[in-house]
Amino acid sequence: MSDLRELYQDVIFDHYKKPRNCHVLDCANHQADGFNPLCGDQLTVYLKVEHGVITDLSFKGSGCAISTASASLMTEALKGKKIDEVEDLFEDFHHMVTTPEDAPHPELGKLEVLAGVSEFPARVKCATLAWHTLQAALKNQNQPATTE
Amino acid sequence: MRSESNKVLREAATPADVARWRDDFPILQETISGEPLVYLDNAATTQKPQSVLAAEADYYRHTNANVHRGVHTLSQRATDQYEAARGKIARFINAAGSNEIIYVRGATEAINLVAQSFARPRLKPGDEILISAMEHHSNIVPWQMVCEQTGALLKVVTINDAGEFEFESFERLLGPRTRLVALTHLSNALGSIVPIERVIELAHSSGVPVLIDGAQAIAHLTVDVRALDCDFYAFSGHKIYGPTGIGVLYGKAALLDAMPPYQGGGDMIRTVTFEKTEYNELPYKFEAGTPNIAGAIGLGAALDYVGAIGIATIAAHERDLLDYATREVSAIPGLTIVGSARDKASILSFTLAGTHPHDIGTILDHRGVAIRAGHHCAMPVMQRFGLSGTARASFALYNTRAEVDTLVAALHQVTEIFQR
Repeated sequence: MSDLRELYQDVIFDHYKKPRNCHVLDCANHQADGFNPLCGDQLTVYLKVEHGVITDLSFKGSGCAISTASASLMTEALKGKKIDEVEDLFEDFHHMVTTPEDAPHPELGKLEVLAGVSEFPARVKCATLAWHTLQAALKNQNQPATTE
Repeated sequence: MRSESNKVLREAATPADVARWRDDFPILQETISGEPLVYLDNAATTQKPQSVLAAEADYYRHTNANVHRGVHTLSQRATDQYEAARGKIARFINAAGSNEIIYVRGATEAINLVAQSFARPRLKPGDEILISAMEHHSNIVPWQMVCEQTGALLKVVTINDAGEFEFESFERLLGPRTRLVALTHLSNALGSIVPIERVIELAHSSGVPVLIDGAQAIAHLTVDVRALDCDFYAFSGHKIYGPTGIGVLYGKAALLDAMPPYQGGGDMIRTVTFEKTEYNELPYKFEAGTPNIAGAIGLGAALDYVGAIGIATIAAHERDLLDYATREVSAIPGLTIVGSARDKASILSFTLAGTHPHDIGTILDHRGVAIRAGHHCAMPVMQRFGLSGTARASFALYNTRAEVDTLVAALHQVTEIFQR
């Protein structure tokens, strides 16, 4: 039960029920579709990148509490970030959601509420779908990103 | 006494019967997150009774050898057991003979075999294959592939809002260009039973052969291929308490005889020279390479197990569980059952308002309850109902009303967590 509370924190519910930046971004110059074939979740990530900086980003799609909250939190965390910071951040995030450990992750800020995912290996793909899709968008790949 | 859908009156299983059956399945002793396992993902795969586990282990301990090859004792013993299992399968589905039972990896391979060896050589551009809107991907994709190869067209019989096969749609679509009908017997996503008797009769009146995907049905409905008069019937061993990696294609001998082999290799030949190869007789023509011998013997043991209890007894018990579960979950606020066909078996698919099936699955798993969450390899069914997925509880002979109660309590917990 404690693990469940750890996974389904209030912040996650808040972002699930009221996702931030959840709309099509008309001025986007990068975008990609993401798909989790396991559960059928799909989303699109939109990015506006100017001079190597993500000046705006958003997402649109349907998913579970974890994937929706993760996408919402990601858009909040990355606004204003340089694109060469994204890879390190994703690496830290990925490590956090796949490694059950107690060490805090101050560098991840609010994203840390997703640390509970590490106790639920079946849900790692939900938490990382938005990030994989973001990477595809930055590379401007035409192929939809998947969690596979 | 209880009335079954097939109108046969039969003594229902008592709780003592079910308790005895449960003792036959060692895995039911497992705990998950400290809670007793409540396994309700039987439509994905069933658990295995001790007799099946023992049959496989005994084979490797005392019998292991290649079949149809050696002159030595073990090879003969292995061949005898492997062929005895084929005989059990033939009797279980009432085939005319063992030569109509082709061992394959599962229902998927069986359908691919028919698509490539039966349909492909016969199909011309503009010919049609009929399936339904509630097929599993394994009864869609092999036909799309053969359509791409031949220029044939895939036609889809519609289903209604209850998830029932629409016979009028089938009557409309069955036309002069229809070359094959391929339908599920029991929908894995909705639990709907397709009236295949009527389908086969009508298709045959137009001279069209019928393949039945029995992957779900085999463990829940009586299957008599001669009474049905179906041309092909496909199923997997692991959904009827047998091992994974073994399945069956039943085909009428006359049709199988006229089909070219599916794969080339050892055991499927009579003589080989570099100029010409003569194929083996049925069923070996379709069984290239060393087969899953232990799996076949394990499947034979599984059918012995099911046969001893009786499919009708199992079906009556599962009917009781499904009715009880349907009643109980209906009281949960925001819960909608997906698939409410009048003729239904063993499967309860549902959604909870505001809660994704994946989240339901995680929270239930925490209470030891294993269900399936997602599209159930039937994405067109989900699209038909405008859903990305459902949660699905599916029942087997060893499930109990107490387990349904645990499911319901866990679902209440889901709504509590998600409504805070």
